[in-house]
Amino acid sequence: MLTDLTVIWALLLALSVFIYVVLDGFDLGIGILYPLFPKKKDRDLLMNAVAPVWDGNETWLVLGGGGLMAAFPLAYAVLLPALYPPIIIMLLALVFRGVAFEFRWRASSAFTRRAWDASFFWGSLLAALMQGITLGALLQGIRVEGRAYAGGWWDWLTPFTLLTGVAVACGYALLGTCYLNWKIEGDIQTRVRHLARRLGVATMAFIVAVSLATPFLAGEYYLRWFTWPSMLVAAPVPILLGLIALGFARSLFAQGRDWLPFLLALAMFALCFLGLGLSIWPNVIPPSITIWDAASPHSSQVFMLWGAGIMLPIILGYTAYAYYVFRGKLDPEEGYH
Amino acid sequence: MQDFLGLDAVTLARIQFGFTVSFHFIFPSFTIGLASYLAVLNALWLKTRDETYLRLFRYWVKIFAIVFAMGVVSGIVMSYQFGTNWSVFSDKAGPVIGPLMAYEVLTAFFLEAGFLGIMLFGRSKVGEGLHMFATAMVAVGTAISATWILSVNSWMQTPQGFTIGENGQYLPADWMQIIFNPSFPYRLAHALTASYLTTALVVGGVGAWHLLRGRSRNTGVRVMFSMAMWMAAVVAPLQIFIGDQHGLNTLEHQPMKVAAMEGHFESHPDGAPLILFGLPDQDAQTVRYKIEVPKLSSLILTHSWDGALSGLDAVPRDQQPPVAIVFWSFRIMVGLGFLMMGVGLWSLWARWRGTLYDARWLHRLAVVMGPSGFVAVIAGWITTEVGRQPWVIYGHLATADSHSPLDAAAVGTSLIAFVVVYFLLFGSGVAYILRLMSKPPEPREARLKDGAGPMHAAGLGAVHGESSERGTAQ
Repeated sequence: MLTDLTVIWALLLALSVFIYVVLDGFDLGIGILYPLFPKKKDRDLLMNAVAPVWDGNETWLVLGGGGLMAAFPLAYAVLLPALYPPIIIMLLALVFRGVAFEFRWRASSAFTRRAWDASFFWGSLLAALMQGITLGALLQGIRVEGRAYAGGWWDWLTPFTLLTGVAVACGYALLGTCYLNWKIEGDIQTRVRHLARRLGVATMAFIVAVSLATPFLAGEYYLRWFTWPSMLVAAPVPILLGLIALGFARSLFAQGRDWLPFLLALAMFALCFLGLGLSIWPNVIPPSITIWDAASPHSSQVFMLWGAGIMLPIILGYTAYAYYVFRGKLDPEEGYH
Repeated sequence: MQDFLGLDAVTLARIQFGFTVSFHFIFPSFTIGLASYLAVLNALWLKTRDETYLRLFRYWVKIFAIVFAMGVVSGIVMSYQFGTNWSVFSDKAGPVIGPLMAYEVLTAFFLEAGFLGIMLFGRSKVGEGLHMFATAMVAVGTAISATWILSVNSWMQTPQGFTIGENGQYLPADWMQIIFNPSFPYRLAHALTASYLTTALVVGGVGAWHLLRGRSRNTGVRVMFSMAMWMAAVVAPLQIFIGDQHGLNTLEHQPMKVAAMEGHFESHPDGAPLILFGLPDQDAQTVRYKIEVPKLSSLILTHSWDGALSGLDAVPRDQQPPVAIVFWSFRIMVGLGFLMMGVGLWSLWARWRGTLYDARWLHRLAVVMGPSGFVAVIAGWITTEVGRQPWVIYGHLATADSHSPLDAAAVGTSLIAFVVVYFLLFGSGVAYILRLMSKPPEPREARLKDGAGPMHAAGLGAVHGESSERGTAQ
């Protein structure tokens, strides 16, 4: 099966989306935390913690979009019209928060600076909510006729999608606190640590809620998670998740190793992502479009595999280098503005 | 299908795409040139250790950061807009253009984004050599990005190297033919040169503005004006030549676009006139009140007085592009191109006379021409994009058959949201850029005092890190 390029592309695309989720997840999360840090000095620090890397993080979203169009054009063509309002809101929200990174330092009065703070917060929050809603809408299934979306333009809005929306925003905020815990020190680190504990509990509660709701959305999910023998494949995911959650809780109460909570939070995200993958596999758009239905022709897959095979290791290399350059605790006196 | 404010869903989707892509392209058309300018400035600083270059680098890098951020966020919108609004097109053309766009992300966007942080924040962290490397990578990234996306656009204009599958998809048959399609080299050269020229005019305009305000003793102001005028003098004539070659290529592959640019409703088997001005009337299939030079159009396009040129009457009415828009946008672009060359030649004359920094009328013209590159670039894109209508994939897939199954109300609402948000946010960005431009590049000591970088304790840290640079400069 691993010689099937369609499967390889599905995995590569899933990997890109996952990298996007955790990388932009923590920087969107930091935006979501803004109201809890009303002091200008703290806000400067929060923003500087991600200023050198946010642009690279968001590029994974472009790879997700471009890659989906290239590898699974039918999925791209069905999904985006189906989710038109949340996608457009997300894109506009990302505009609001993206410009704030520069505009905030250029504001000439406290009023305009606060306006860009608000733009950063609301942009981050709405983008996270819409990404969660997109996830929920995908899970609950999308109506397709022929090669096109066949539902209405409010189908994406249900209690379940609202739940996944809030869950993702909460998870991003958790990643944000864990990243800050790693990158900053002093009083503000103590504060983000406290926040991380509460957000950790909330995120776990949301994970449980979404996990309980998902199998009841469609018969296939239920069969996959609660019947023998497919349970055998699925069951280790929640068990591992529980263990990691315990480790995560301990790491937040222990001193030192400030990188550990972030790493464990990433592991929690990875397991959730794996669980979602197990639910929808081998569909790319539940309930009816499989990855093979939506796949590009062989020639497109091969051509892109050369590019991805050569470029992805290089990209991961210099991305890691960029993080390495800005390693260690953030110096509050630093920046280029 | 119901309407929204009297417009149907396809028209609204076209307006939305045109609006968001035009707004977006303003930013890269500046950052492509500015990234290279910054790399040159940084290289000159490292080579000569003349502090003026470092000062100019710091001055323009702040502006670059703002423009780049606006380019990134408006660009993310574009990467999703194919699917949100043109889903039929995406499904059909995805196998061909999707991989090219994926290559753009893999080879360009990550490169720019990965090294931008180091370019902006990292000089004191990685050392001069790696900082120079990062700056160069950002510049290279912008050019690679342009290469891929222009290949995509060119393939849509002059498609080749594909077959059509049973499900209606365009399937790649020969990637070399797809990437290096007939209009690609011309379009790439024309667009890249346009970016360099646009940047030169902005830099020149800013320099000229400060010269007019009596800052001719500021070496930063003099150097930026001088460099920009060299660029305009060399690149503007080159661009006119490239544009002409591009036009000949268009005549070969998209003759109806050229007919619309020229305002030729009728075919001219024995020499077509050059219509300088006039009012195209598509309903009557004629150009009213035209001022024309006999045979000149044939001479330019076919290099023969009696060269035959087909007019729009060669195709059915429903396959003609909207003539008036193409006719006028083309004239705006060409007119500005010649004015730019005028600025360049005048600067050569003033330089030869030794009055480059005192020629007040040249400075005034340079200020007025500062934003002209953006106008010309957008006019050029309107010419080529409206001129290929009614096709989205020229000769194969009609624009009207490519859109998403969306209600007009949904597209109309999103269009209004884009217009409001873009004007509000990018308008603020332009205001901040203009404010940065209104200050001359100052030596570092002065800059710290006037607080150009608001309050962010930033400047201080930078000085610690860079005291060694200043040491060597003195």
